Amino acid sequence: MLGRPRLYTAYRQEAQLLPTWTQKVVCTLFVAVLFLLPFDLPVISHIPLVRFLGDSDWMRPMALLMVLAIAALGLNLLAGVAGQVSLGHAFFMGVGACTAVYLGGSSGEATWGHGLPIWIWLPGAGVVAALVGVAVSPVAVRLRGLYLAIVTLGLVFLGIHFGNTSWGRKIAGPPALGREFPGLDVRLWKEETPLINVEDDGHWLWFEVTDLQKRYLFLLVLTIAFTLVAKNLTRTRTGRALQAIRDRDIAAEVMGVPEFRYKVIAFAVSSFFAGVAGALFSALSQRILATDFGLFLSVEFIAILLIGGAGTTSGTLIGTFFVVMVPQFVEEFTKWLDRAEGGLTELLARFLLTEGDDFGIINTAIQTPGWTLSVFDWNIVLFGALIVVFLIVEPLGIFGIWVRVRNYWKRWPFSY
Amino acid sequence: MDGSVGARLSTIDLRRGAPLGFLVGALAAALIFGMVQLANDPVLFFQTLMKSLGLGSVYALIALGFVLIFKATQTVNFAQGALAATGALFLAFLVQKRSVFSEGESVVERDGHIPFTNISNPLDSLGGPQWVHWSLSVIVALAFAAVVGLVVERLAIRPMIGEPLFSVAVITLGLEIMFRVFNNDAVEIELRPIGVPWEISGFKVGGALINWSFVAAMVAAAVAFTSVYFFYRSRLGIAMRAVAFDQEAAMAQGINVGRVFAIAWAAGAVLAAVGGIFATQPPVEQTISVDQGTANIAFRALPAVILGGLDSVTGALLGGLIVGVAEIYAGQYAAGHTSWLGAGYPLIVPYVVMIIGLLVRPYGLFGTPEIERV
Repeated sequence: MLGRPRLYTAYRQEAQLLPTWTQKVVCTLFVAVLFLLPFDLPVISHIPLVRFLGDSDWMRPMALLMVLAIAALGLNLLAGVAGQVSLGHAFFMGVGACTAVYLGGSSGEATWGHGLPIWIWLPGAGVVAALVGVAVSPVAVRLRGLYLAIVTLGLVFLGIHFGNTSWGRKIAGPPALGREFPGLDVRLWKEETPLINVEDDGHWLWFEVTDLQKRYLFLLVLTIAFTLVAKNLTRTRTGRALQAIRDRDIAAEVMGVPEFRYKVIAFAVSSFFAGVAGALFSALSQRILATDFGLFLSVEFIAILLIGGAGTTSGTLIGTFFVVMVPQFVEEFTKWLDRAEGGLTELLARFLLTEGDDFGIINTAIQTPGWTLSVFDWNIVLFGALIVVFLIVEPLGIFGIWVRVRNYWKRWPFSY
Repeated sequence: MDGSVGARLSTIDLRRGAPLGFLVGALAAALIFGMVQLANDPVLFFQTLMKSLGLGSVYALIALGFVLIFKATQTVNFAQGALAATGALFLAFLVQKRSVFSEGESVVERDGHIPFTNISNPLDSLGGPQWVHWSLSVIVALAFAAVVGLVVERLAIRPMIGEPLFSVAVITLGLEIMFRVFNNDAVEIELRPIGVPWEISGFKVGGALINWSFVAAMVAAAVAFTSVYFFYRSRLGIAMRAVAFDQEAAMAQGINVGRVFAIAWAAGAVLAAVGGIFATQPPVEQTISVDQGTANIAFRALPAVILGGLDSVTGALLGGLIVGVAEIYAGQYAAGHTSWLGAGYPLIVPYVVMIIGLLVRPYGLFGTPEIERV
């Protein structure tokens, strides 16, 4: 059916993961590039735009991106597909992180832990978070819209508080300091030498890989697995039921979709994603910190969905890329401006940068007195502004822009 | 639905019957507990009551701001906390007179100026007693807050008329994030005192110590609720209710919907600022200064709004008082259990009360249930 991508002759064809050959080829190439990105291969390092992402400086944001992508896919299932907007996603991430450190961390005087291997603590984090999600859902299922958002927001505050109690500290560690988190090494049980070494430099098969590259590949495999699960779930009976509930819940119930059951399923699956992502999130920073899982993180996920385009898997991934990478780009840009000498860039630098209290927008000094803001502060302002601007200008997000561009070329030279 | 009777019954139990029984039980337990404490130590009980009513009034003020904006624009304004901190910060700037600013290359410190600027404070030249000066500063600060509310509404909310309600709510979340950065930048690491005339002093009634700020909060709440009560009966108030009921129909009747939005946001911002000023005083905080935590008052008051019902003025008052009473009494009488409840546990009591309340009434105590149509 080359050339007639919209012509379906069977239901199976319509529900395909990648319906057209173009999509199949592009997707395969994209995944191949992702796997080869961290290695200094002659072809990859010459692709414009993405080549620097494989540098070791960018491995850390890339790892963070993938972890947040897993969590965002979970929220997309709940908020984008099932229409239940939750501000409590950070709470479920925190539950996952606490479970992981309880199962996998070392036990000591001030801490609880069992020192179990990753194949127990990583799924365990997801399962416990899912169970908490199911426990919360009797309240959540009764509410809708803003009431649901505010109740789930309450969960975040409850979570941070209980992370700071005497028993919470035994799991989450002392406040502001946090607690050491188990590494990503894969062990069969508690033995010394890991089965698959992720934390140190070494070689896998017959390639030399550094620890950063190893972590990248490890997370990439996980992210692709979770993306497939999320994408496939929307193609099943469950996924269709969730979409029916999102579009009109009472109509769905009249048509025989048990609303209560499917909302509980949505909460459980989304919390599972969040739990696993929370465990990985803390594993990345090697620390678990209760205050990390606050309102800001929850808002970040809402922003990811809105900027990327809610309800679509690819939109969620693009949104995550955007939200994680834009601050990095701004920071790199400021550093580059700061180093600039002569010409237009220095003029721009003199206009934008400052070190004291004088005229200038971005303050590069460590202490920032007066009205000027540091890059870090500007990034937060930019984040807030992006949410506002995207919602006013393009409510469907980047995915909506892409659809418009695609449709323009598809219909070209006609306007509709 | 499943079709099997067992499954249906269990669903119904989980959703309606059990929570109601739980609520009645909890209320009875609280009542008995209160009676016992009253008999035990009436002075302490009275003192705690006044303190909790003070806190409840602050929550009710903030909640009223939420409700006013919700009734006009159908949106929860998550930026209310940032507006509260901004208003309080304006007051702090008007009251505080030492200014550090840069003049050319050098940094200058000067007294009698508004902070960060070379502008001398015009209110200073008026003279008169300190409380007059302070009251004038409050009025100017509230006017500033109203202007901020108007600007926010015009730039960020007006373009969203007719868009999904949740999008507007998320816009206010984005605004909150932006505002917080600017507020924290203005506060910096120091505290910014707001120069309350009564500071943290109080008076004694039969052995019970009552702060002046409790009384002030109660008076402010009483004034605010009375004026809103009469406002809703005025011509403009009726227009606002009409807009809340149906925007298009109101527009067709010649009501200027944009102006109603603007007025609601200005009023909401003023109420937020009043709440922000009280958020720096006891019983909320002891510092009587604006700091980086002042903006959190809105998130502490959110349970009051939800418990009372998002679109009910009565709900805002009762919700605020219930939540305030629950928080202060829990802090007073469960202090022995701090070891496992964690330090600062009273702060999460509102959220627990809210979740229990929502189990019984999903639209709050006085909220209008959404009419469900297929």
